Amino acid sequence: MPTATVSQRKIRVLVAKPGLDGHDRGAKVIARALRDAGMEVIYTGLRQTPEQIVNAAIEEDVDVLGISILSGAHNTLVPKILDGLRAQGADDITVVVGGIIPTDDAVRLKELGVAGVFGPGSSLKEIVDFIRTHARRR
Amino acid sequence: MSRTQDRLSHTTPSGLAERKPRFLTTSGVAVKGLYRPEDVAGMDYERDLGDPGCYPFTRGIHATMYRGRLWTMRQFAGFGTAEETNERFRYLLREGQTGLSVAFDLPTLMGYDSDHPRAEGEVGVEGVAVSSLADMETLFDGIPLDQVTTSMTINAPAIVIFAMYLAVAEKQGVPFDKLSGTIQNDILKEYIAQNEWIFPPKPSMRLITDIFAYCAEHVPRWNTISISGYHIREAGATALQELAFTLANGREYVRAGIAAGLDVDAFAPRLSFFFNSHNDLFEEVAKFRAARRVWAKLMRDEFGAKNPRSWMLRFHTQTAGCSLTAQQPYNNIIRTTIQALAAVLGGTQSLHTNSLDEALSLPTEEAVRIALRTQQIIAEESGVANVIDPLGGSYYVESMTNQMEEGVWDYFRRIDELGGVIPAIEQGYFQREIAEAAYDYQRRIESGEQIIVGVNAYTIDEETPIPILKIGPEIEAKQRERLARVRRDRNAARVRETLNEVRRAAQDGANLVPPILEAVKAYATLGEIIDELRSVFGEYEEVLIL
Repeated sequence: MPTATVSQRKIRVLVAKPGLDGHDRGAKVIARALRDAGMEVIYTGLRQTPEQIVNAAIEEDVDVLGISILSGAHNTLVPKILDGLRAQGADDITVVVGGIIPTDDAVRLKELGVAGVFGPGSSLKEIVDFIRTHARRR
Repeated sequence: MSRTQDRLSHTTPSGLAERKPRFLTTSGVAVKGLYRPEDVAGMDYERDLGDPGCYPFTRGIHATMYRGRLWTMRQFAGFGTAEETNERFRYLLREGQTGLSVAFDLPTLMGYDSDHPRAEGEVGVEGVAVSSLADMETLFDGIPLDQVTTSMTINAPAIVIFAMYLAVAEKQGVPFDKLSGTIQNDILKEYIAQNEWIFPPKPSMRLITDIFAYCAEHVPRWNTISISGYHIREAGATALQELAFTLANGREYVRAGIAAGLDVDAFAPRLSFFFNSHNDLFEEVAKFRAARRVWAKLMRDEFGAKNPRSWMLRFHTQTAGCSLTAQQPYNNIIRTTIQALAAVLGGTQSLHTNSLDEALSLPTEEAVRIALRTQQIIAEESGVANVIDPLGGSYYVESMTNQMEEGVWDYFRRIDELGGVIPAIEQGYFQREIAEAAYDYQRRIESGEQIIVGVNAYTIDEETPIPILKIGPEIEAKQRERLARVRRDRNAARVRETLNEVRRAAQDGANLVPPILEAVKAYATLGEIIDELRSVFGEYEEVLIL
């Protein structure tokens, strides 16, 4: 049962593209799906540094940070973003990662604090539902 | 047995019922159940099709097509340092591959050296790292450049990488007029879909026309550009959008060449194209056939080209990376086979077949071999290479080809209304069209209207474990060391001098190929040369579309 306080505020999501790759198809499709599901979505655009992403997440006061990365640099970049959030006391923001992430890397990223990792073929519904249930509450 | 008969007789009276409310191509175009003579009424063989090798080349650009020579089997490869990729090249040549195709890593594609802070974690991961001529020398070590054709997927910094290739040829003693190959060099589709840009459109177009002019004079067998729909499709475009946007870009490059004072027939024969081949066999074949016809008409009628070679659309094809699934990855071999078949039935000049593991990582050697064998089986066993344009005359394929062509002219009108390709990019027109098509496709998958085997139907519980190629962090360390050695051993004064010449040419409008060639020969790095150009040209700013 959604309570009044929960339903009053829409879930805010930052969709971020770190790394040098320009593959933004997934990020844009997810952003649209989250928006159609009633969330507020902000998109960073391409090639953001971990610092830029951390700052944007804090400035935009988001509940969820969705990182889209297909460059293979996830093992370098995602931990930097997690560290940055922690350093700013914002590690209650739910972090999810989408892209081409090998299974053992996904396990490691989850150990580091990523809430969910979504590979190729994940359904939009699955991702929307996951974000709904895991978004940080306040 | 009697049960089967029962079932058959049972369905006959209600045979009008179809199993779905509508039948769509992969691109979402509704098709009829049956095509008949009236669907191609009014077509004229000579005017609309022509024999292979004859205007408008709908049936193929060569009179003999694959009976004369098979398509070039060209597998895209690159990872790690130049040494690793050189080994993979030699392996592919030994296995019967007939042309090389270089994949560069992201820092190289973006014009950053391997030791740039933004390169961290990305060196050698998605392709080979090339920061200076020393890397290029290693990459082609033991491969005589007059005996292979080389395709290089490089765009924003293409002029620098091409100059490095010329410098390697010079060192091997190979004259430039013996060099044959392709640089992608297609910046417009970067702004539209692939997103690896550096400079704003205007100076980027100038780099391209500088290459056209230089090659027309010095490297006559080089394909100066590969006008690419591949990435537009991968970003989510439909088959028609891929075709229309790519040909619109081609038209823009021809306009730019003419505006730069070149005679159209001096550079147009060296323009080449690069398309995607997705799952829908007949839609893809129609796309390839329509591409040739539209281009021939454009070049002859709009641009007044006189040389028949200027009218011919030559193209490379890659099977659709975006169609590969991480689930049940061996199914990807079958998808790739169908897509490769479409490319061959569509008359491609060269072909890359994706490997089964590419939804998960870069391909392993074994996966690459299966992909290459797929082409060899189509070529040697299937019989489809025996007859030219075997689908020509099919009511369905001809009707679809006509529909594709009409769709292209419609898109051209819309693009012209927006002021041309570059203004349309700046208004986010292509980006929005593609994002919408991508979302529409994804929603068809979500609803189950579009079935993807192993993803939204016929799923299994376990993951199929397959071997994965991983690039370790030691590659990055090794490449940084190589680069440090280059920086240490070169003549710093000579580097500075040549970089100054590059900046001067960028400012005063002289052709940039000769000064960049001098700079790379002095072992100025990719990043250093790009920085000089950036200081004059500035940087492009992304148009954010959501």
